[in-house]
Amino acid sequence: MTLTATHELAIDIGGMPILVRTDSAEFAALLEDRYGSFINRADRPGGLSRFSLDIDLIPPRTILEDEDVSVRLEAGRWIITRGDFRAEFDPRTGHGWVRQSPNPYSIDGVLRILHSLFLAREGGFLVHAASAVRNGRAFLFAGVSGAGKTTLSRLAPPDAEVLTDEISYVRPAVTEPRPSGSGYVAFGTPFAGELARIGANLRAPLAALYLLVQGSENRIEPVDPNEAARAVLRNILFFAHDEELVGEVFKSVVDFVARVPVRRLLFTPDARVWELIV
Amino acid sequence: MATYIARSKQVAARMLGGEMMIMSPRDTTLFNLNDVGSVIWESADGQTPLDDIIERLCVEFDVAPEVARQDAETFIHELAEHGIMHVSDQPITAEPPRQESK
Repeated sequence: MTLTATHELAIDIGGMPILVRTDSAEFAALLEDRYGSFINRADRPGGLSRFSLDIDLIPPRTILEDEDVSVRLEAGRWIITRGDFRAEFDPRTGHGWVRQSPNPYSIDGVLRILHSLFLAREGGFLVHAASAVRNGRAFLFAGVSGAGKTTLSRLAPPDAEVLTDEISYVRPAVTEPRPSGSGYVAFGTPFAGELARIGANLRAPLAALYLLVQGSENRIEPVDPNEAARAVLRNILFFAHDEELVGEVFKSVVDFVARVPVRRLLFTPDARVWELIV
Repeated sequence: MATYIARSKQVAARMLGGEMMIMSPRDTTLFNLNDVGSVIWESADGQTPLDDIIERLCVEFDVAPEVARQDAETFIHELAEHGIMHVSDQPITAEPPRQESK
């Protein structure tokens, strides 16, 4: 009989730590390296984490890269599949498992999907946006690939902390001791884009969301509320084929737009654009 | 023969900037309802005959009955195609069975 040590790491994103268990010391080290400051070393089984995931590692195999992600609810359990992994998660117990090869991309995909599901129930969401904290307030910069999220992040001045250059994490501020004026809080995420650097593990009251448009000058323009809602919805990350939750995400976005200033940020790729972000 | 219309209970709807915004969760299509659309939407209780709704439109928006009917029928047809409005020649008391999208 072989005894195998179990390694446990709490990956704490958005104030919702997920305790990840693996038998592989190498994979645990890979996770430590990948998630850096998002590993909550104070957390232990029975501690802060409401959620847990067991990792079942399988040998690397040929991946069908084009295989779409599928997220569906079956008998009360989320079944999550992509070409490179299969996962199940039971929202009633907060426990699930992932079967994947030892790579950081698969678990990253699972975490994004799980957080999108958690947030859908509480009025928050993941959105394709860079974000940064300046003067104690968070700013989101939303746009599709190529809109300038990474460019703007690279241009951030020393007094701005980049929360992410790719996927921003937004929650209602109901549990915050000092709610922001907008009623929402942005969290740093380890979900990086071209910057290839995890975000600062910080949270801050959300001041505004800017829709990125590259142009010939730096300027902020007003945006009609309906256009704002449509633009934010286009950038939401949500994968589940679940009509009830899709409806919840829609309501969350409309509520968000009704409270958070949404503007269009036309910008040229130079650092002066940050003079507008105060 | 009377016509009755009913909002789907599956639809997510929110007021934003003075306009009703609704989404079909089935295909995530978004609709912004103008004043006329909002009245039709709010009146679509499955019990009020369409003729009565059109009469209300004529009074509230000062339009001719034939114009109001054409606008209403176009609007209702579009929403019905997305499964978010139900149409029947009988009062509608329950959500009709779901038709699978093609």
